Parts: sequence; C-alpha cells; structure tokens
Amino acid sequence: MDEELRKSWGLRDWCAPERCIRWSTTSSTIDIPRFPGAVNSPLVTTMNFRTSSDLAPIPTYRVMNSEGYLNDPNRQPPDVSNDQALIWYKNMLTVNILDTIMFEAQRQGRVSAGEEAVTVGSAAALGPDDVITCQYRETGVFQQRGFTLKDFMSQLVASRNDPGKGRNIPVHYSGKQKTGVHAVASTLETQIPHAVGAAYAFKMEAKENPTETSEGDFHGALNMAATQDCPVIFICRNNGFAISTPTSEQYCGDGIASRGIGYGIDALRVDGTDIFAVYEATKEARRRALQDGGRPILIEFMSYRVSHHSTSDDSFAYRSKGEIESWKTGHNPLSLLLRWLENNGLCNETMEKETRLAIRKAVLAELTVAESEQKLALRAVFDDVYAELSEEQLAQKEELRRIMMTFPDEYDVESHEGGLAGL
Amino acid sequence: MFSLQAMARRTKLNEPIDFSTTPLFHHNKKTFTKTLGLSTDGRSKRMNLFQSVNNALGITLRTSNEVLCFGEDVAFGGVFRCTMNLQAEFGKDRVFNTPLTEQGIIGTAIGAAAKGMKPVVEIRFADYVFPAFDQIVNEASKFRYREGATGGNVGGLVIRMPPGGVGHGALYHSQSPESLFCHVPGFKVVSPRSPSQAKGMLLSAILHSPDPVIFLEPKILYRAAIEQVPEASYTLPLDKAEVVKSGTDLTIISYGRPLYTCSAAIEAAERDFNGASIELIDLQAIYPWDRKRMVNFGVGAEIAATIQDALFLQLNAPVKRVAGWTTHTGLAYQKYIIPDVARVYDAIQGSLEY
Repeated sequence: MDEELRKSWGLRDWCAPERCIRWSTTSSTIDIPRFPGAVNSPLVTTMNFRTSSDLAPIPTYRVMNSEGYLNDPNRQPPDVSNDQALIWYKNMLTVNILDTIMFEAQRQGRVSAGEEAVTVGSAAALGPDDVITCQYRETGVFQQRGFTLKDFMSQLVASRNDPGKGRNIPVHYSGKQKTGVHAVASTLETQIPHAVGAAYAFKMEAKENPTETSEGDFHGALNMAATQDCPVIFICRNNGFAISTPTSEQYCGDGIASRGIGYGIDALRVDGTDIFAVYEATKEARRRALQDGGRPILIEFMSYRVSHHSTSDDSFAYRSKGEIESWKTGHNPLSLLLRWLENNGLCNETMEKETRLAIRKAVLAELTVAESEQKLALRAVFDDVYAELSEEQLAQKEELRRIMMTFPDEYDVESHEGGLAGL
Repeated sequence: MFSLQAMARRTKLNEPIDFSTTPLFHHNKKTFTKTLGLSTDGRSKRMNLFQSVNNALGITLRTSNEVLCFGEDVAFGGVFRCTMNLQAEFGKDRVFNTPLTEQGIIGTAIGAAAKGMKPVVEIRFADYVFPAFDQIVNEASKFRYREGATGGNVGGLVIRMPPGGVGHGALYHSQSPESLFCHVPGFKVVSPRSPSQAKGMLLSAILHSPDPVIFLEPKILYRAAIEQVPEASYTLPLDKAEVVKSGTDLTIISYGRPLYTCSAAIEAAERDFNGASIELIDLQAIYPWDRKRMVNFGVGAEIAATIQDALFLQLNAPVKRVAGWTTHTGLAYQKYIIPDVARVYDAIQGSLEY
C-alpha cells in the first residue's frame, strides 16, 4: 500500500490491510499462535479499541477546481480529446433535458439532476463489452452507451419500440443488446450481487449504485466479490439523500468508501461532479480490477441530489431551498464542465444555447412519434415469464380472449399491434 | 332461472370506481349501525385512509409507551403520509427513520417485541418486503412456537405495508404478496377495506393482538377512500369476515381494493340479470380466516378447497376463482391482468347459469 496514503489514513506501520491471504494451515509456536481468522494480526498486551475516528476521513479526488481549471496546475491535463469532452457535455445535457421534459410533459421521472457526470463519466471509462447493472437513476449510462432518443421515449410511453416491451415504469430501461446494461428494477441494491456474478463468469464488470448501501445485498455482494476475486467495480453515487432520509440517518462511519476497506476491497472517494475525476477514477479502477486475475474495487462518487426524489416527492418538506439553490447554481457537473470547455475555447454561450435547443427539439419530436405508436401485441402480457408458455398460461390466454370477445366495448385492443389477433 | 338474454347494456362495466357513492363506505355516520363495533355515539369526521391510519397510530402512541413507530422516511410523514406529525408529537425515540434495510427493520422489530415493546413498522411498498422474508417466516412466525414453555413471543409486532395496483405501478409497485405469508402460520394477516375499518383494526392489532400482525393497507385507497370515521378510540376484530351486502343466490368473497370491483360487478349483474341476489363478503382476516362464517354463508383458493370439503352437496355450482393471470404486472398490460369489473361480472353470469 502507498506510504502517503497509509500516512494520510493515520495507520501505524504494522497495520497492513492487505488483500485477503488464504492459508491452508496455520502453524503456531507455543508463544505465537497465528489464528486463521486474522493471520497478520500481531499479539499485543495493551487493550486498544479501534474506533472510526482513529482513521482520518478518506479524501476526495478531484481534477478541476470550481472555476473549471486544473486544481493541480502541475499535473498533465486529462487524457481526453476535445471531441470526447464535447460529446460528454452533450450527453450530460441530453440526460438533463430528458429529465426535465419527462417531468414537464409526462409527470414522470426519477430525475438525476446533479449526478450526470457520474453516470456519463464512468460509463465512458468502461469497455464496450463490460456488463453493467444499475439503479433507476442512471440514464447517463444508457445515453453514453448508445441508447437513442427513440429508445428513451419509447420506454417512457411503453410503446412497441421499447426494448423492454412496455413492461417497466419510466426510466427503468432495458437495453442489454445495445448498451450491455441489465434491465433496471425499482428494488434497491438487488443488482449489486448480479454484477459480482457476472464478473465471476468472465470479464470486466461495472456496477452502479446510489447511496443506499444499507440493504443486505450490498454486504453480501462485497464479501462475495472479495473472497472470490471478482473483477468488478462497485460504483456508489453518494448524493446525500434517500428520499427524505439524509445520509446522517443512513449510516455512521466514514461514508461508503470506508466500508470497502472492511471487506478487503481497495476504495477511492471522488468528486462526482467532476467528470474528469470520474473518468480517471473509473479507468484506473478498471485497470486494477483486471490485475492478477481479477479483484473488486469500490469507488464512492460524491454529489448532491439537486432534484426531488421523483415527481411524487416534494423535497422542500425536508430540506431548505437555499441549500438546493447553492448546489444547483454553484457546484454541479454541467456548469463545471461548461466552464472547462469555455476556458479551453471549445464552447461559448451561443453554442451552448443552440445545443440545448436542438436537443430539446429532438427529444420532443421523438416523444410525439412515440406517443402515436401502438403498444406491443397483447401476447406480451404472457410472454417471457417462462421461455415457453405454461399449460396454465395457455388456458388463461384463451380465457382472456373469451372475455375480450364477450365484452368488446370494455377493451381497447386496437391500441395494441394486431388487435385481438395479437394475443 | 334468471333472465339472461343479451341485455343491451347501456353502461360500461369497466368504469373507474366512484368512491364518493360506493355503498361500502359510511358517507354518513347513521350507517355506523350496520357495522359491528362502530358506535353512533360521539363525534365522527371525514377521513381518508392515510388520515385514519395516522389517527390510529397517534392514539396508540398516546395510549401506550411501549408503542414504537419506525421505518424508511417515517419521520417526515412517510411517502403516503401515514406518519405525519408523529415524530413531532412523540419524539425521535419513539418515531424514527431507519436506513434502507427491510431485513434490518423487521429483525430489529422482532427483538424489540420480544422484550415487550410494540413496534409498528412500515414497509414502504409491499413489493419491498422480500428482503425481510427470512425474518418474517423463519423468525417472527416461529418465535412463540420455538420458545416453548417460556411463553416468549413477538405478539407486539405489527408490520404495515401497502399492496395492490394503482394502474401505473407496473412490476414493483403493484404486487400483492400476502398469500406468501398465509402459508406459514404464526402471523395474523389482515386487510381493511376502508378508513373506518383500518382505524379499528389497526388499534386492535397494535394494542390487543397477542399475535404478530401483517397489516395490508390497499395503497390506492390512501387518498381515494374517504368516509366518516369515529373520532374516539374503538377496536374491530382481526378474525372475522363481514357480510357487506346480503344476497341469496351467489356469494362473492374478496378483500381490499378488489371488493370495489366486485361491488360494481354485482350492481351491474343485479341490474341485468333480473331477480339475481348476490352476497358480498369482506374476508378482512386473510389468514387465519373466519371459517365459521365462510362455511355457513359462502363459497370462495384455500377457501374454495375447505368449502367444497364441508359443503360439497350443497353447492349449486363449482367454486370459481377470479384472480390475476400467471404473469407479472407489466406497465402496458396491468389493466388486462388485474381482475376488472367485466371479469367479475362474467364470473357471476357463468355461475348463475351453471
């Protein structure tokens, strides 16, 4: 482990949180037993409870300062082409505009304002064949990985072009073929062990997850990944809230990164509003995860959830408008990257405005088209529960057909492809 | 024989339920006399379901210092407003937020109940109860049994959760997992149909039930169901079904939100099938259910089997079940999957014609 880091953590010399070393036997002399449960632990005669305040808080990695310049003027600029940076900006902007339009036009959305850099930046650092499992606030991952506006809008209105076959509520995308991302569920953290399993199966995986790490799945998954050397990156978006519950009521201890250490997993904390920091951290995490046959890495991306949890939430009930405003106008991923682009002569106000308008227009156009599309054929009601329809399902299908024929005025079958024949 | 010629049905069957006129509510306190346990003495107030639950929780917290109320986001009032103002009145020690961990919530509640507390915990959506399944099935359900002679139990535990479809909840906001809990004895699994039922049943569950309770509040009724509710404290039984509409030719058994679908179908059927008289029973106690009443009055999955065992020769038609299809509640298809008025109406017709 890096000496600097060790010192900054306040670790004494003999504390070496090495990767778990497995011993097939533990030898012991009469004086020095080596317990299999903690093979590197020296025996001492002073009782010294380790407390969470023994260790300094894990520092947060950043590349840019708030003005959009390199925070450390002595380092190399990020290894990102100008074109790439512009694409990232456009993708983050698209996510932001998608959220707004879905909120306005559809009263839908698990909006992700304030967190666009984490999803776009981390997805950008992953390989095209890497598999991703994520939560429902990760539109940026899909955007960065090739989801089109048509895909997004079709899912929103559950039309026949939705890759998820119109089965899930808005922003719960399915796009494995295009993006390598598993279909999204509403349940929290259940996807974390999936990433571990996929990593175990073969290559590089990445997993996205918000601040919720309180569910049992998180702990089980980290433990599994560590003991089985799975090449998986655990990405945690710590945006400060879980609906109304602030992080102070969600956990004690030093955030999420510190938990990784407890499981023997290398961990890093990053400014999640700084897309270059996000990109570099993910890239490095990927490199490490593939080392020596594979191992898990944990990254905690810090951010602030500017928006309400969803359209059913009024977050002014549990936090002040002033607090939200200061994050919205002061320190957010879009304005930060924009300042960088302007400082480097790659963008200006006019260009920004035009891009915004163009994206908005394109999204609305796709929405209009999607809304006019039919829904999928009615056989989608029963398909895909099993690989083949069960006997019971076949009987129920006929029952539903009979009901729909007996009461034709009660059902709008023509809104589905093929009408009743599509069942 | 009923006149079942193809009636020119002028009214559509699958209309949205009009809760302001449904006969299942007490729109006026005069009708309290129809329901055992509701008294016309004392004041009553119009409340929706979340208000009546909130009212009941406040009464229990006031009545007994052993009552605790915790779960995700309960401090600011809960996503469905059932816990509004409770932390302000009773303090953080008794009403508090937990981290996101259903397993942790139920496990902790079991421990507290074993020590004599009365933890009333909230699972935000019934769809999210599954991480707690092990604690419910392997711990809470078996607690009294495995304690044996010590008498140790978790009777003070009440788990509240909202099941059921709302039209757009799709896969993870529409489920009805109660049947899973009915196959492992140890809990009382109950579901009120209305605000007045909810208040009385919740007060029973928290203050008087010697057994742990799973309390299912049909989420679509939180705002939609509004009726007169007595302001005083009162209790309703957790082991009795209730005949909410009498009838002589056919019985329908249901509970929760589907009761209203059945009520609408019955109204249409009695209008269209001249002379038909159809009874509607609210199960209320889903498990253990009111066997005496079912055997005496009605026909009805598990219920159907028991009934045919006792009443085989007295049945005029096979027991028919109307339920969700064997699939998941995909967003675009929910309305075809969850039983609607047309399906219940069709089942009524089929049974009467048998």
